[in-house]
Amino acid sequence: VTLEMLTLARGLGTPSAVVLGGPGAAEALSAKLGEYGAAKIYAAESEEIDGYLVSPKATVLAELVARVQPAAVLLASAQEGKEIAARLAVKLDNGILTDVVALDADGTATQVVFAGSTIVKSKVTRGLPLVTVRPNSITPEPAAATPAVEQLTVSVPAADKLARVVNRVAEQKGSRPELTEASVVVSGGRGVGNADNFKFVEELADLLGGAVGASRAAVDSGYYPHQFQVGQTGKTVSPQLYIALGISGAIQHRAGMQTSKTIVAVNKDGEAPIFELADFGVVGDLFKVVPQTAEEIRKRR
Amino acid sequence: MNIVVLVKQVPDSGVDRNLRTDDNTVDRGSANNVINEMDEYAIEEALKIKEAHGGEVTILTMGPDQATESIRKALSMGPDKAVHVLDDALAGSCAVTTSKVLSAALGQLNADLVLCGAESTDGRVQVLPHMLAERLGVAALTGARKLTVDGSTLTIERQTEEGYEVITAETPAVVSVWDTINEPRYPSFKGIMAAKKKPVQTLPLGDLGVAPAEVGRAGATSAVLEHSKRPPRSSGTKVTDEGAGGTQLVEFLATEKFV
Ligand SMILES: Cc1cc2nc3c(=O)[nH]c(=O)nc-3n(C[C@H](O)[C@H](O)[C@H](O)COP(=O)(O)OP(=O)(O)OC[C@H]3O[C@@H](n4cnc5c(N)ncnc54)[C@H](O)[C@@H]3O)c2cc1C
Ligand SMILES: Cc1cc2nc3c(=O)[nH]c(=O)nc-3n(C[C@H](O)[C@H](O)[C@H](O)COP(=O)(O)OP(=O)(O)OC[C@H]3O[C@@H](n4cnc5c(N)ncnc54)[C@H](O)[C@@H]3O)c2cc1C
Repeated sequence: VTLEMLTLARGLGTPSAVVLGGPGAAEALSAKLGEYGAAKIYAAESEEIDGYLVSPKATVLAELVARVQPAAVLLASAQEGKEIAARLAVKLDNGILTDVVALDADGTATQVVFAGSTIVKSKVTRGLPLVTVRPNSITPEPAAATPAVEQLTVSVPAADKLARVVNRVAEQKGSRPELTEASVVVSGGRGVGNADNFKFVEELADLLGGAVGASRAAVDSGYYPHQFQVGQTGKTVSPQLYIALGISGAIQHRAGMQTSKTIVAVNKDGEAPIFELADFGVVGDLFKVVPQTAEEIRKRR
Repeated sequence: MNIVVLVKQVPDSGVDRNLRTDDNTVDRGSANNVINEMDEYAIEEALKIKEAHGGEVTILTMGPDQATESIRKALSMGPDKAVHVLDDALAGSCAVTTSKVLSAALGQLNADLVLCGAESTDGRVQVLPHMLAERLGVAALTGARKLTVDGSTLTIERQTEEGYEVITAETPAVVSVWDTINEPRYPSFKGIMAAKKKPVQTLPLGDLGVAPAEVGRAGATSAVLEHSKRPPRSSGTKVTDEGAGGTQLVEFLATEKFV
């Protein structure tokens, strides 16, 4: 989403990138940031900055914003980006818009709300446009620049040390692509029946080089881990191809996948609402349809 | 432990929701208004902590008259009392001003622990917990899928893109929870009857030292200029599996160049 933000920012002025992280964080990113038009990189690097929950980062940003008076501030619309933006808004007594998918030169933002059913145009009316940008909203466009790097001095005041990160646990990632970035997502719902049967979903995903997703009912029933949930309280995905297996298509599930380019559904209930948005639907038993699909794909290879 | 749970009334996310055409605010008249789902998990967590460690649970809501229904519903799960910030000047508040009002109310409630949902199902801005903590000068532990209380030390586990984080803080603190944290209880008949008698204090803005011009549409830090309904997706081909459903599916994928 960083490259998307740089692309959006170029519509408002000359973008600078701010890198908040451990020592060396900016160095590793500068080439890529330059490729997408960052004229300047502010590097706030410290051993401590990642040791506490977001507050130190908000403090650094607030000082920087006060000093350089930018035309706008863009952050990623994910948990951490929204949290930093929240504190920044209070520190600067500034408006904030979240889940922004487009930003005009005059600061007018487009937000998609209510499970994707409503499009809103909005504007920050106090302070500068402070927005968080939803990933996969625009296509990043390169525009080469040679960024100058400015190191910021970071000191973490006691007031920013209230919430201490005691452990970060990386969970093993398989070989499948990241759910929110995958160009193909195959999801299973309650209709998959049990955890073991998710192998049918995984097999089809692997054949198509895709990621695996799940409905909340499947997650709540323990068929698949929560981090793969698609929908209002899970991930929002927007792949080229979304395949829903044994998913009824509740509004809250649709909220997370209805901007997918092409949607395919397999469900034994012909009246299931998922068919209302499917480009191609098969009314049938997924345990018959999916193996045949897999077989047929293999045959065509 | 003195716990305050933030509860917001929202339009039911399971049916169509709309913004009003006159002032671009949520159309509450046509909606089925319910407790924000995540807040039920916050209530449940508060009740579990009270059961284990003692103390008192207070519901805090900012919202129009009809939010009273959600307050009673929340109380029927088991909390002791409620505070309702109610003032016509609040209509159209943005997240920044909402946090100003709620932090002023929290300033009067002396909570060791403020529990809330990680996000509301309508605004979904996911910023209130950190805004409140910033204003109150207390810690924020957000997005908890697990919370443990050990004396005055709070520890949460929260999911991240890479795995999960363990974060700790001393009370007083704001903790926001995901729906993975527990299974909210259903109100019992006894609970529903008891809720009718529980105290609900109404707080007008004047009692909070916040001026009407600082809140609502007048004080909002952002404005909705216009809104429109997105055209619904149209459905495409639907076939019934009579033995060749999988093959037909692959034929479709082939024409779309996915295989
Ligand atoms: C506040 C809130 C937030 C929510 N957030 C989310 C969210 O983020 N994501 C989400 O997904 N849901 C969410 N939900 C839940 C949502 O309302 C639905 O309950 C859920 O999406 C249903 O999942 P499902 O389609 O897998 O299950 P069901 O609705 O039970 O559907 C199962 C489907 O499988 C079909 N089926 C059964 N067996 C077979 C078979 N052998 N072959 C083919 N088809 C079969 C059935 O016909 C049925 O249509 C949320 C709900 C609330 C209230
Ligand atoms: C579709 C839509 C989009 C919006 N977009 C924006 C935006 O981009 N920027 C902006 O500034 N405002 C926005 N708003 C307004 C914003 O939703 C309200 O100001 C709201 O009261 C605070 O935001 P939230 O509920 O989304 O907070 P979140 O931070 O998502 O809510 C977290 C928790 O805070 C608690 N909480 C929130 N509100 C209350 C309340 N009134 N009383 C008690 N507890 C509460 C609940 O426990 C909730 O679970 C939007 C509103 C809507 C309906």
